[in-house]
Amino acid sequence: MISFARSFPLMFIGGLIVACVTLLALLAPWIAPYDPSEINVKVILLPPSWEHWCGTDTLGRDVFSRMLYGARVSLAVGFVAVGISLVIGLILGAVAGFSGGRIDGVMMRLTDMVLCFPTFFLILAVIAFLEPSIWNIMIVIGLTSWMGVTRLVRAEFLSLRHREFVMAAQGLGVSSIRMMWRYLLPNAMGPVLVSAVLGIAGAVLVESGLSFLGLGVQPPDASWGNILTEGKDNIQIAWWLSMFPGLAILITVLGYNLLGEGLRDYFDPKLKS
Amino acid sequence: MSSVLRATGLNKTFAAGGMFRAIGADKKAVVDLSFDLQAGQTLAIVGESGSGKSTVARMAMQLLAADSGEIFWGDEEVTHLSGSALRSRRRHIQMVFQDPFASLNPRMKIWESVAEGLKVHQPSLSRGQRRDAVAAVLNQCGLDEGGMDRYPHQFSGGQRQRIGIARALIVEPKVLVLDEPVSALDVSVQAQILNLLNDIQKDRGLSYLFISHDLSVVRHIADHVAVMFAGHVVEQGAVADVFGNCRHPYTDALLKARPIAHPDERSPVDTLAATDEGVAESGCPFRNRCTVAQSDCAGFDARLNAQGFACLHPLNITTDE
Repeated sequence: MISFARSFPLMFIGGLIVACVTLLALLAPWIAPYDPSEINVKVILLPPSWEHWCGTDTLGRDVFSRMLYGARVSLAVGFVAVGISLVIGLILGAVAGFSGGRIDGVMMRLTDMVLCFPTFFLILAVIAFLEPSIWNIMIVIGLTSWMGVTRLVRAEFLSLRHREFVMAAQGLGVSSIRMMWRYLLPNAMGPVLVSAVLGIAGAVLVESGLSFLGLGVQPPDASWGNILTEGKDNIQIAWWLSMFPGLAILITVLGYNLLGEGLRDYFDPKLKS
Repeated sequence: MSSVLRATGLNKTFAAGGMFRAIGADKKAVVDLSFDLQAGQTLAIVGESGSGKSTVARMAMQLLAADSGEIFWGDEEVTHLSGSALRSRRRHIQMVFQDPFASLNPRMKIWESVAEGLKVHQPSLSRGQRRDAVAAVLNQCGLDEGGMDRYPHQFSGGQRQRIGIARALIVEPKVLVLDEPVSALDVSVQAQILNLLNDIQKDRGLSYLFISHDLSVVRHIADHVAVMFAGHVVEQGAVADVFGNCRHPYTDALLKARPIAHPDERSPVDTLAATDEGVAESGCPFRNRCTVAQSDCAGFDARLNAQGFACLHPLNITTDE
């Protein structure tokens, strides 16, 4: 454990942050000192104190409790959205990389076309037509972020296909499905895992942005993004309303990025020796 | 004796570049190559890097489609087969690869890798029967079956090459294609693997297509040899004839280029001279590097003659010929 922390310090810190944030989110109902939607007009816009660690908002709700529940939203969006993009990306990338030739060419040009859309505006446009809800956000983010995974999986498959152990399996007569499932996919998972972890950081940011713009999680439900919106309106009199959710986003995204970069180094054979 | 692997008139050209065809010339990897491997025999294909040896191995395995020509596994012509028809016949011929570190799936246990052929060709076997079969074949390859639940990275190069041989043997093939099976190994381990291959051949009556650049290894293991240069077979025949009395200047150069083991022995004059102009586009492909080339070599189509060499000015011709 200590030697691991020493050889991969950034990954260790990233993993620690991710573990802490995840734990806080999971245990929110037990940790939170107040009900996150409990309005108390007697304690409006109080600065941080021992009673309210991160202060209170314009309706007297406890900001710390709201942030704990906001963490659940952010992480759920991150995991589900990345899960969706992984499933799509793995299937498309596997088919393109395994088939090669014309099928690969057509699929990759289509992927390039989707990549050309500015993702955030695509999401905004889609959300404008749908009911803004946490489920819609998860699905839309997932459906607009599979391109990177697709290209990664395809590239891995293309290079693995020419490795000797794959040719040996081909020479034995192993079927295509089994070849993908037992030979190509397990050996391509390292880089895919890295991109998934980095993808969670991206999804957390997108969700915060959408909620900040009022297109994400709707009040009174808490999300880091919509706490920030409220903070923006009162930034001159209540700095704590924007500071703490902002820090939460920063630290979480940093944690996932460190973990992802660390995993990348960990899986890189050139750095291993 | 019966033929177990036969190739007639194989050709393979690799296109240069993908989208930008104009860059570079197409590479002729194999030109009009034929051979016939008899049951229980070993045919070696030797040549320098880039001479097309491995391409021949891959075409013999039907891992790579030939542009033209036919390949027979036993009596059956297989170049027109594909899909499940080809898959079901693959147990006739198996391959052992050069790099023992790249030829095993790092994410599969040893016994799973070795049992893979059984899963394809004898799907009715139970897990226990498969494990028994794997243990038996690992033992024959000189490995203890206690290691069968380990992963490839826990084995040394020589052990992995034994595992690769076991994986090929488990489907009981008639032919093994050995693509430089020992060139990535230490010399002491090389000898062990070559002895193992010898024993297996005697035991099972296997035929080997042995691809190598190492002439001393070939002399040790092969019955027949085909010398390749730039995709052409320039000389072909029994090992004793080709090595003892070579006719083609390229074979001669290859033989003289072998490392000298004893300091008292002096390396002969380098017959490749200083010219390294590569492969001639027309005529005899070797003429740019040949010491005995003459002007008529430019018009020679470099095909094997009845005596088994492709040269207008052969060496070592005795007076009565």
